[in-house]
Amino acid sequence: MFYARQGMFDPALVALAATLAIGFSGIPGLFLRKPGLGQKSSVVITIFASLAGLAASLQLLFNKTTTTYLIHWNLPFGSCELAIDSISAFFLMPVFLVVGAGSLFSLGYWPAVKNQETEPVLTFFYGLLASSMGLLLMARNGVFFIIAWEIMALSAYFLLVTEHEQKDVRRAGIVYLIATHTGTAALLVCFSLLAAQTGSFILPAAGVLSAMSPFAGVIALMAFIGFGAKAGIMPLHIWLPSAHANAPSHVSAVMSGVMLKMGVYGIFRTLTFFNDPPLLWGGILAIAGIASAILGIAFAVAQRDMKRLLACSSIENIGIITTGLGVAMLGVSSHNTTLVYLGMAGALLHILNHSFFKPLLFLGSGIVIHATGTREMDQMGGLGKVMPRAALLFLVGSVAICGIPPLNGFVSEFLLYIGFFSQLKASSLTYLVLLAPMLALVGGLATIAFIKLYSSIFLGTPRNSNATAPHEAVFTMLAPPALLAVLCLMVGIAPQFALRLVFPAIEAFYPQLATADLSAEYGAILGEMSLAGLLLLATVILVTLLWRWRMSLSNISSATTWGCGYQRGTNRMQYTGTSFSELAVSVFNGIMHQRVERPTIRGLFPSSTYCSDIPTETLLERVIVPVFSLVGKLFGFLHRLQHGLMHIYMLYIFATLFILMLWAH
Amino acid sequence: MMNSIIHIFLALVLPPLLLGVIGKTKACFAGRVGAPFLQPYYDILRLLHKGTVFSTTTTWIFRAGPIVTLATTAVAAMLIPFGSHPSPISFNGDMILYAYLFALGRFFTMAAALDTGSSFEGMGSAREATFSCLAEPTLFFSLITLSKLSGSYSLSGMLGSITASVWMNSGAALLLLTGGMFIVLLSENCRIPFDDPNTHLELTMIHEVMVLDHSGPAFAIIQYAAALKLYVLGAFFIRVLLPIASGSQFIDWGLFVVSMLLLALIIGVVESCMARLRLVRVPQLLVAAAILSAFSTLLVIR
Repeated sequence: MFYARQGMFDPALVALAATLAIGFSGIPGLFLRKPGLGQKSSVVITIFASLAGLAASLQLLFNKTTTTYLIHWNLPFGSCELAIDSISAFFLMPVFLVVGAGSLFSLGYWPAVKNQETEPVLTFFYGLLASSMGLLLMARNGVFFIIAWEIMALSAYFLLVTEHEQKDVRRAGIVYLIATHTGTAALLVCFSLLAAQTGSFILPAAGVLSAMSPFAGVIALMAFIGFGAKAGIMPLHIWLPSAHANAPSHVSAVMSGVMLKMGVYGIFRTLTFFNDPPLLWGGILAIAGIASAILGIAFAVAQRDMKRLLACSSIENIGIITTGLGVAMLGVSSHNTTLVYLGMAGALLHILNHSFFKPLLFLGSGIVIHATGTREMDQMGGLGKVMPRAALLFLVGSVAICGIPPLNGFVSEFLLYIGFFSQLKASSLTYLVLLAPMLALVGGLATIAFIKLYSSIFLGTPRNSNATAPHEAVFTMLAPPALLAVLCLMVGIAPQFALRLVFPAIEAFYPQLATADLSAEYGAILGEMSLAGLLLLATVILVTLLWRWRMSLSNISSATTWGCGYQRGTNRMQYTGTSFSELAVSVFNGIMHQRVERPTIRGLFPSSTYCSDIPTETLLERVIVPVFSLVGKLFGFLHRLQHGLMHIYMLYIFATLFILMLWAH
Repeated sequence: MMNSIIHIFLALVLPPLLLGVIGKTKACFAGRVGAPFLQPYYDILRLLHKGTVFSTTTTWIFRAGPIVTLATTAVAAMLIPFGSHPSPISFNGDMILYAYLFALGRFFTMAAALDTGSSFEGMGSAREATFSCLAEPTLFFSLITLSKLSGSYSLSGMLGSITASVWMNSGAALLLLTGGMFIVLLSENCRIPFDDPNTHLELTMIHEVMVLDHSGPAFAIIQYAAALKLYVLGAFFIRVLLPIASGSQFIDWGLFVVSMLLLALIIGVVESCMARLRLVRVPQLLVAAAILSAFSTLLVIR
């Protein structure tokens, strides 16, 4: 029978078709005159393609076989190979999920009728970004990979500068562009060296390269720099906060929830090429990871702009993922399967979790921006009353991202913790356990950051009465975050099933692993945890019922908040987000930097005065910008080559090519 | 089964008594007769029968604060072994859940405080957030030390295997550990020298100021949850400090109750002999506690 062999639909083909469909979905909108039609058709295509793609990638994840497609063409770098193995399929899931959710969200957030100039371009590049991420996950040819990578990087740039009439946005765009191309330069070196090692641009299969060869270290370092810059690992994170803050919110959701993971995927994929990696690699990854986590969340605590806070927390989460990856690599180097399993399970599950709660929070912040017209947390307050649904969804995201049970963030951190603890009984790598208190510190700081975020937006009373009257969001803006919130809760309540999603990818990463035993063991532990989570929910319900019963018997009255005797409290006297984090910033002032101005008060009747706390970006402002301006001055003479004449630029390209060909001869 | 029932019964009934003992001790030091031992129970019962005032600023978060705090502390009480008896719920890695359950309770307490829009409560929750963040590493260093000494990854296993002979062999590590843990016990439960649960001068406090707007049954829940938290963290601490077991089940329960009352007495003595620290000193002491327990960790994993 025709369908008996592979089924009617080859899932790999479905995933590829879905990826391409999303990529082309924005094109009709570019040519349609009437606003709105293009956006609607694009959203419909994207959602259906995402659903199909999600189903296909789930099926591919559990497929043991890998389907490979070869496209023969005459380009100099060899035939283009596309394949989807379990690792690719695992990373494809967040792509389809978040892109579909963000696309639906854009209908209400960036309606075509109100944004006639920007909407078609935004929709087009949104599709292109999604599609390029899908393709780079499938690419098995180094050059094709780089092409997809560049399309991704550039479409993200065009999405980010959607509101380019603002100066901040342009600046963020430039910083992003420089950072991403620095990364790409490293990747070019990385893939060229790989090609020199293997003889072709086809990416090597798992474990074929020796990690002992002299080039291996350089390849790994270049991959770490190139992919790490995209993922936002410290100190390569400089572009991240401003880029994520200034992009439209559904784009930030995709950038943070998915695009950063492409960097992680790159590191992950590169590591599979090598057999027997030295301990140093894992060590570097783990240390860079935990440093990113601590510093990232420390920066988040100090922020005033809510999207910047979320962006800094992305650095933290990528740090946690990288730590897990590092632990797993230490396990690979020391042939310790438990460590590989726990590190990898923690990292992969955190990738999945972060692609649930971070887009949830970015979409939530989109709702808030749509309602209030500002990103400054200190101007907000009391939105929980006018938009209760959005507030609830945002709360779920905030609790989840702090790694608090019974939501999903806790599950992945739990796996990492038991990974750290697992070496206590062993004779080697015992010091790994010192990562546990650091991760605990990260959790504590995350709680400060997200209490600050949630409370200053949704709780209390509005701090700025001039703000436009906010309103609850429309259905298309609430449904995507609601879906993500449900996923957060599901993974938190039934973590043992979520763990099954990561097995195939771990197995593909480290085939020697007898996952069956380990996964049964840790699945059982997560099963116990799920019971404890249910017990917690049951206790909450029980206490609530008792409390309601008690309340039904007593008189309830309402009054204003107790002002400790002071009768003239105003909304502006509330604790703002900045005042909330002020104590933490002063305690951790070695890591968090704020430019603080305090008023001097003189005399018995002081006149009005001014104070401010502005978070700074030390690395960018103190190191990168001065170095770049120095370089700019030194190489000022090259400006003569830059005159804006297109035909001369093409001549440059031709001349370069010619010289290179002569040289190769 | 019997042990689980006693465990739950004690967790439900005993906590306010600890507050009573602390109060009585402090009264003795001050040369007063003091309130009866059962006064905290009377207070809670009285509050349960009172009416409630809700601020017009608040939303459901304000009402959820006390409920979630009590629920999380109650589940944490199920994870911690009381004396030499293992806890009703125990699995590998439960110590991580134990640590993070308190984070959930704290999250909702702080959110409830900020929901009132009062700057006093904002101040309180900012302090709580910062200080509990600093206390977090201490708990984890202690867990590492205990896990290494016992070779177990669950709270019951860790605490169950601490015996007098472990104290003989790794006394230095355990001493450092108990020092760090005692500091965190006092700070997490908002006792002197970190916080003074008795003053009602809002500017000086942490926990009391966060719950300033709660009244009636909600405040009863808060009082009870605070007592339960002291009880749960205290049970952890006292088990490390006094790992006594007689072998007989019922004598062990008796020993546990006596040791908990002894802990309350110690806390009462500390509170009577010390003044509250200046706020800027609090982070320093908490970091010192983290370093003490980090020392103990280094001693055992070297």
